Amino acid sequence: MKKQENWDLTIKPHSKWYDLKLKEIFKYKDLLFLFVRRDFVSLYKQTILGPLWFFIQPIITAITFTVIFGNLAKISTDGLPQILFYLCGITLWNYFSDTLTKTSETFTANANIFGKVYFPRMIMPLSVVVSNLIKLGVQFLLFIVVWIYFLVKTNLIQPNVTLILIPFLILLIGLMGLSFGIIISSLTTKYRDLKFLVTFGVQLMMYASPIVYPLSIVSEKYKWLILTNPITSIIETFKYAFLGVGEFSWIYLGYSLGFTMILLTISLIFFNRVEKTFMDTV
Amino acid sequence: MSKIVLKAENISKQYRLGQLGTGTISHDLNRLWAKMRGKEDPYLKVGDINDRSKTGGSNYVWSLKDVNFEIEQGDVVGIIGKNGAGKSTLLKILSQVTSPTTGEVKIKGRIASLLEVGTGFHPDLSGRENIFLNGAILGMTKQEIKSKLDEIVDFSGVAKYLDTPVKRYSSGMMVRLGFAVAAHLEPEILIVDEVLAVGDAEFQEKCLGKMKDVSGQGRTILFVSHNMSSIKELCSRGILLQNGKLELDGNIQEIVNHYTGQVDTESIVFPDRDFKPIYKLNAWINKITLLNSKNEPCNLFKTGAEVNIEAEYDSNISGSIEDLCIAFALTSITGETICDLSNIYTEGYKNSSSNRGILKCQIPRIFLNEGHYKLNASISIKGINQYWIKDIIWFKIEKSDFYGTGIIPSPKDGFILFEQNWSKIN
Repeated sequence: MKKQENWDLTIKPHSKWYDLKLKEIFKYKDLLFLFVRRDFVSLYKQTILGPLWFFIQPIITAITFTVIFGNLAKISTDGLPQILFYLCGITLWNYFSDTLTKTSETFTANANIFGKVYFPRMIMPLSVVVSNLIKLGVQFLLFIVVWIYFLVKTNLIQPNVTLILIPFLILLIGLMGLSFGIIISSLTTKYRDLKFLVTFGVQLMMYASPIVYPLSIVSEKYKWLILTNPITSIIETFKYAFLGVGEFSWIYLGYSLGFTMILLTISLIFFNRVEKTFMDTV
Repeated sequence: MSKIVLKAENISKQYRLGQLGTGTISHDLNRLWAKMRGKEDPYLKVGDINDRSKTGGSNYVWSLKDVNFEIEQGDVVGIIGKNGAGKSTLLKILSQVTSPTTGEVKIKGRIASLLEVGTGFHPDLSGRENIFLNGAILGMTKQEIKSKLDEIVDFSGVAKYLDTPVKRYSSGMMVRLGFAVAAHLEPEILIVDEVLAVGDAEFQEKCLGKMKDVSGQGRTILFVSHNMSSIKELCSRGILLQNGKLELDGNIQEIVNHYTGQVDTESIVFPDRDFKPIYKLNAWINKITLLNSKNEPCNLFKTGAEVNIEAEYDSNISGSIEDLCIAFALTSITGETICDLSNIYTEGYKNSSSNRGILKCQIPRIFLNEGHYKLNASISIKGINQYWIKDIIWFKIEKSDFYGTGIIPSPKDGFILFEQNWSKIN
């Protein structure tokens, strides 16, 4: 009998770290969208307000920030309407933090499904990115409405040409959230310690990013510290584009891009390594 | 000549026993150190064979060791083995849920595995939405599911509840829906775990029929089950695993005979690999032995003979144990419970039993019809279950002239023979 060497699939102990299995992921694209759909449909089942919660969450956060940071702590908003200033930061930040927290649970939360059936594991975190992107889209609409209101009513804000960078900023921050998330997820399959740091870490990171304060009020002594945070320049550029205040610099943005790319590479290496055997250790 | 669609080459899988904890990191660091110096993983060299009845010297165990086989297109293969023989591990590797420690599996064509029905069902979604979700998880495209939706709904028989969230379904309906989706997968190779053990008899029949259809279409099936009769009915070829090694590979009848003959006097020793302790155990069963009327270990009895079951238990409790209960559930080969045996029925709850020892249960006459039977064992203290293990021991009952007339019921007529006296009243 002649030897047949053209196998469709070979199950091996390890796969190459750079093997992204994009072809396979594409084959399962229907699953990705069904997961996204599931996330949406199930999230607001048995609620009265339903999808309205998408709007309520950022509004309440913005109001809370206005009261606490704006009025009680009297932190400057660079002369901008407080509600607009906070909403601008929150909208983008929420996308990042939601993506990060949710993807960081990829392996532990889905161990049940992963243990029973095979599909490209990357589908899970990718579906989270897409779900959150849709959520961002909806909350972005809210922000735009508020933004247009202040644009027409006041002359405090000066949007500028940097607006064309917005899709790039969203992609960048999404990838960063995904990378952080899957690194944490990969590391927590065996050692759960990191899990405890996530909520705390994300919160800390928020205060280390110019969300509730403008970068301009940070003293020179600590500015470098805030700028090392790769989120900072993304948020600042976002604010600069829409509101005309904040600092925009290609160098800092380039730093964020470089940081994201390195992080993404590391995360893919981790993910590829862990997805093969995590069922034994989770 | 038929072509080979699946080829397993030297697959082995190593597991670490015990808890993952602080000890793990030192092993990981050791591994990393070895790797950095370009040496082999030091822990791959160690490891005991997968024999759960012996406590090995090493923390590592080979759940599968150098398993080789080839499967040709259209083969319907039954995978048989005792608990912990490596069946589940093999299935997990074949369905890519986990990867082998060493070795390779080569596959031709689309492969789908069914280790569970209804994987990924979301309780809040309706039946229809879950059909799509579950189908996609199993590897179907939306278009494929759409074209088969009517068939699936028809097969499941839950058409009426299609738009109700599945959390309102009974467990049986859930299984029906899950199997219906899986049954309409059209892979070239299908891997099926013992999922047929659920659902009512009619549905089980339907599932078995569906699987026969599938195999009739020239597709390849790998089927794992403890149910020898459905394996014999469905499969043409068998693979027998024992202690993580491939023991026999061949004609199904031969394999089943070998396997049922192999059900020998066997003692089970803790720890059992199938049992995963979530917390530290208070009490457990070390060993179970079946004995005949002469107190000799035995697993072949005649209807009406004396049967003794000895359980050796141990505990972490110092002093005496209050309300100790040891129980055996006697089940048929298909898992139906026939009767429950326990010390509490005859002794009641006792205030003190010693913290380790052997309890013996004597059954003066066993009224079981001919066939194979199994025991599940459990130990509980003050009504709280401490340790439970399924299919701990097998035994066989041979027919005997129970009624002294030479006429006895056939195994089809029931599991139990009662003593009965017939007389004429009028």
